[in-house]
Amino acid sequence: MATRVTDTKVGRKEGTRIGGGPRFPGPNGKGPSGNGKGGEHDERGRRFSPATYRITMWVVLAAVVMMFAALSSAYIILSSGGQSRPVAMPRMFFLSTGVILLSSLSFEKAKRSLKQGAQIKYLRWIWLTLLLGLAFLAAQLTGWRELAAEGVYFASHPHSSFFYFFTGVHGVHLIGGILGLFYLILRLKRRKELLVSERTITAAEVVALYWHAMDGLWLWLFLLLLVWK
Amino acid sequence: MAVEAHESVHRHEPPKGFIRKYIFSLDHKVIGIQYILLALIAVVVGMAMSLLMRLNLSWPGTSWPVLETLFPGGAPGGVMNPEFYLSLVTMHGTMMVFFVLTTAPQGGFGNYFLPIQIGAEDMAFPFLNMMSFWVTFVGFVVLLSAIFFSGAESTIGPIGGWTGYAPLSALGQIAGPGQGMGMNLWVISIAIFCVGSLLGALNFITTLLNMRTRGMSLMRMPLTCWAWFTTAVLALLSFPVLLGGGILLLLDRVAHTSFFIPAGLYVSGVLSGTQESFPLHTGGSPILWQHLFWFFGHPEVYIAILPGMGATSHILSTFARKPVFGYRAMVFAIFAIGLLGFFVWGHHMFISGMSPYSAMTFSILTLSIGVPSAVKTFNWLGTLWGGKIRFTTPMLFALGFVSLFVAGGITGLVLGQTSLDLPMHDTYFVLAHFHLVMGVASIFGMFAATYFWFPKMFGRFMNEPLGKIHFWITFVGVYCIFVPMHTMGMVGMPRRFAQFTEYEFLKTLHPLVMFVSIAAIITILAQLLFYANLVWSLFRGRRAEDNPWEATTLEWTTATPPPHDNFAGLLPTVYRGPYEFAVPGAPNDYVMQTEPGSEVTSGDGHEGHRH
Repeated sequence: MATRVTDTKVGRKEGTRIGGGPRFPGPNGKGPSGNGKGGEHDERGRRFSPATYRITMWVVLAAVVMMFAALSSAYIILSSGGQSRPVAMPRMFFLSTGVILLSSLSFEKAKRSLKQGAQIKYLRWIWLTLLLGLAFLAAQLTGWRELAAEGVYFASHPHSSFFYFFTGVHGVHLIGGILGLFYLILRLKRRKELLVSERTITAAEVVALYWHAMDGLWLWLFLLLLVWK
Repeated sequence: MAVEAHESVHRHEPPKGFIRKYIFSLDHKVIGIQYILLALIAVVVGMAMSLLMRLNLSWPGTSWPVLETLFPGGAPGGVMNPEFYLSLVTMHGTMMVFFVLTTAPQGGFGNYFLPIQIGAEDMAFPFLNMMSFWVTFVGFVVLLSAIFFSGAESTIGPIGGWTGYAPLSALGQIAGPGQGMGMNLWVISIAIFCVGSLLGALNFITTLLNMRTRGMSLMRMPLTCWAWFTTAVLALLSFPVLLGGGILLLLDRVAHTSFFIPAGLYVSGVLSGTQESFPLHTGGSPILWQHLFWFFGHPEVYIAILPGMGATSHILSTFARKPVFGYRAMVFAIFAIGLLGFFVWGHHMFISGMSPYSAMTFSILTLSIGVPSAVKTFNWLGTLWGGKIRFTTPMLFALGFVSLFVAGGITGLVLGQTSLDLPMHDTYFVLAHFHLVMGVASIFGMFAATYFWFPKMFGRFMNEPLGKIHFWITFVGVYCIFVPMHTMGMVGMPRRFAQFTEYEFLKTLHPLVMFVSIAAIITILAQLLFYANLVWSLFRGRRAEDNPWEATTLEWTTATPPPHDNFAGLLPTVYRGPYEFAVPGAPNDYVMQTEPGSEVTSGDGHEGHRH
């Protein structure tokens, strides 16, 4: 029993914990920095926790960003080849960029109204955001027509393919955001809450996070297509 | 205790209907078992394919009438044609990598035990969890169908290997039999699998970060949880890249874009643009596919093996009756392996004509993975050193994992060097390397996990003598299969050749080829013992109590098998680290994580011994 090697650093400073947990857990056994906080609000694990949804959205966005990072590097590699034939940016895409930036602003206004408890105002801003989102998609489709009118088709060459492909994949992701907006509208109509609940705020914040990310993503793709030829 | 007096018990009863309980279940335990069953089926398909390949290599030209019945297009007259052999290579690789090595370790055991080990009632999003399994299942069905729906010649699947290198994978029927509809289905299956894995990864990460029970700090988690978490992060960051690449490949095939197809390509006697079956392409880069594929492909090997590493650490500690040696170092080693795994994809592409400078960078980064791998290996040995080892079947398989990981990993240091990889590339040496380290080692980790957790999952032990026979035949068998392959590779035997009888310099190797085939047949037959053991033990095995192995982590605190909500409404509180074995002064030689009182060893397994 006496000589059992458990580690090379035997004489580690007492009282320090890598995981941050206290040396002797308090009555609730909870670490000081909230580690293992499954029972923070209640003894039961299945309580509503806003962090669950926020973490998940960040994780989703990490995956989305990875995919677009891969596609962007593919674009950069193919554009730097000698056979690249640059395509002029359709004017519609400038318009759509403005529209989606505005939509992010209106979403922020909506969130602010919600936090002040002004639900009707919140709903109106959300509707506006939704309309701006649909307008963005319409502008993108018009941009496609503009490209096609100039004789630039999907399969013409890699650069033109990327014009359609980036807008298309981004559009699909934005439709996800639009569904999120519909969800926000429906849940408010269904609940008719007098006081805005934590769940409603969390839902709005998580959808807003996604929406802003899609906004930023489009900005990145737009600049990439505009600048890198 | 005062706290427990306040606690009201909220039990969640399982749903009553058969469909909601066993088919479209939201219970992570049922979903875990579904994943394991899927892997058990897929591995039989994959093994059957490898058996067919071995038969063709050892006895080329022999007629197997049953093959003609099953695959009239692939084996006319019962004799396999080379294209059919290649499609077996493709399907075996894809089936094993995706539907066995990615599903069983992570989706299966991870799903079942991660929530229990951190003291949660279920995953964060049970519905997503269910979706992730069924999406994966659809991917499996689509992949199987690839071999049967490949157009005119029929029953020949895609022939490009599991890596599906462009441009031949991007062209369609003109590139060869099975490259038409079969290849489309292959790409679609991979894309579906990516989606399923992403849903799973999402759930794992959120659950682990946010649903740990009271007192379960990160550094009190079992190493299995760390491994599953890191695996989920790897999956989250690598599968989107494959998905993106897969969509581009599919567009090249169906929408006639040119992402991966260069101009002026001349294939099967046809110049690009001169025939309707081969439209004009311009400006694409075949190497781009390799980059996208291997950026995913290399993390994928860690997705396969990290859960095995976690299970091995867990099991070695339990049966050596000692804390894991250097818990913190183990955690950082897992992270280091995961992180470095993203920067080494170029070592699969040394012969693609890359700049020698980038090859050197990739080479150095690759070799540096040896450092955390060695840390893990030495810590496993340190865990065993001086322990009171109990040689149970799970322990044997965990020891086998260490052995195979070292044996397969050592050759990674050979292949990681550009100068050595150039002659070895696409030989049997590579085949032997990755089968040992990624395939067999991971599978040994899963065997260990199965024998170890079976009593908890089903309340009965697996049969020990049968398990030990299974271990020894498999352990000796896999070495007999893969060690000679290194020699073949050094002689220069190329991968993916349907037969070697026509090559003068390889004729002397034929006895070795025969030896490998016979070893493979024996090893495959030994797996029947495992399947028989599984089924027999399910109904007739010795009954197991709640903590039959005298282990310390949370899964052993709950009932056997665990109730629908894991802890019957009463979530445990954790007071100590996961591996408190042989604590001086303690009444037993193990202290459960839920045992209150002062921590004798801290969560990271240090300070077990004080001066």
